Amino acid sequence: MNIVNILEEIEKVDGEIYERLSPRRAAMKDFFNVGKKISLAALPLALGSMFQKAYGQTNPANVNEVLNFALTLEYLEYHFYNHALTNSTISFPTTASNAAITTIRNHELAHVNLLKGALGAAAVTPFVDADFDFTGAATFGTAFADVFSNYQTFLKVATAFEDTGVRAYKGQAPVLKGMPVLTTALQIHSVEARHASHLRQMTAASLGVALKPWISYSANGNDTGISQVNAVYAGEQNTMIAGIEITGINGTAVTQTHAAECFDEFLTGSAVKTIANIFIKTRKLS
Amino acid sequence: MENLNEKEQDVMLKESSILDAKLERRSFLQFAGAGAAIVALTAAGCRKDRPIVTSGVTLDFKDDFGVLNYAYALEQLEAAFYIQVASAPPSAFTTVQKNYFQDVQFHEIAHREFFKKALGTAAIGSLSVDFSSIDFTSATSVLAAAQAFEDLGVAAYNGAGVRLKDTGYLVIAGQIVSVEARHAAWVRDQISNGTFADLASLSALGADNANGLDGQLTPDKVLAIAGKYVKTKINVINL
Repeated sequence: MNIVNILEEIEKVDGEIYERLSPRRAAMKDFFNVGKKISLAALPLALGSMFQKAYGQTNPANVNEVLNFALTLEYLEYHFYNHALTNSTISFPTTASNAAITTIRNHELAHVNLLKGALGAAAVTPFVDADFDFTGAATFGTAFADVFSNYQTFLKVATAFEDTGVRAYKGQAPVLKGMPVLTTALQIHSVEARHASHLRQMTAASLGVALKPWISYSANGNDTGISQVNAVYAGEQNTMIAGIEITGINGTAVTQTHAAECFDEFLTGSAVKTIANIFIKTRKLS
Repeated sequence: MENLNEKEQDVMLKESSILDAKLERRSFLQFAGAGAAIVALTAAGCRKDRPIVTSGVTLDFKDDFGVLNYAYALEQLEAAFYIQVASAPPSAFTTVQKNYFQDVQFHEIAHREFFKKALGTAAIGSLSVDFSSIDFTSATSVLAAAQAFEDLGVAAYNGAGVRLKDTGYLVIAGQIVSVEARHAAWVRDQISNGTFADLASLSALGADNANGLDGQLTPDKVLAIAGKYVKTKINVINL
């Protein structure tokens, strides 16, 4: 294992890696000091820590901020599905499709209530339907203008929301490390992943495309072919985990496609906020 | 004795060409009557692979290595199951089902190998599995087992995340568990469309339907459930 090579590889996709590392000299110093003591076998473990420090979370910064951030995303999802079910001209093709969206809507409402209850007085002022523009017109123009009249457009946006949600929770796990609330967040996280899996199947069936339940390899990370949502999938093409290349790992037949599929990637809080703000009219996240 | 000398001569000859002929080296070992274990080592590329453990493995939860080895054990189990399915899928499987079971097989192999490589010399040995309760010719049996493995895997990662002290590995566990949840949802939909997140059916795994929460179980509970598929004795300490 050659750390210089790893840093060079990262530099190809993140030109600021050295800058990211240098303001945190302490992190690097810690790492190299630790490096003297640890065995080669433990190196990936230490590397993981170093990169986490370099890409450290700053926003949200604490537990309540994380929970309010999550609560806001859950409001967005809940109102989106609820609008589709109660105030739209979407024609659901089957009873099953309507039932699936109802199941997902109910879970999002349960998440809203759970997070709201956990935060108590610290919870953000509730978001209502009118706080959102689910067509994202200011950014996307008319691309999703028919989100509440065209079942296929609705599925495209829904899939993007769920895949964003999965990445968002994953990105916040470090702030909750070691706390009981982490377990709750993980329990929500995997439910969002189940939703994403099903919505991808619904999208594949309705649009007649080969979208898999898991996020497959694409050069820019976005396997949906919907360019408006590129930011949702940025980085999903990654096949290097903690400095270990997954493609062909240990002489196996694991392809680049499998390698990209088998590890979902996280999104930083700020990246998720940028995506969410496309759909939030006022009270944008900062 | 004469015969043995011949063999030794042959060994000398073949040794000299080891560097340019990998295949020859393998046949040389077989010719020389080397034990199966050594042949297996060679096939794996002469790495210092641990031999198959028969006397049991120990998961020591005093630090992250214990948690990672726990995940490694579960991924070994999952990979072994999907390898068997993918190599001879039930005849009732559709083309898409065959293809996706291939995908899942490679996902689990990748997870298994990632932990093996990341843990290095701290990795536990290979587990022996017992899939005698599964009928691999029956789509119903295979799908039911796949659902059990995936739902259990999700609950296992969800329950173990809080034990991880290293931020990097916490994120990686998160990167894996959402893929397991995608598998779980897809497999469930194959059994009964729309059950992708039937949390009420997952209460035995710690799910809370009223609050929209997926399963989460502590390692001892997970291992008790997984036990029927594992021959190797798994000892747990410092949990």
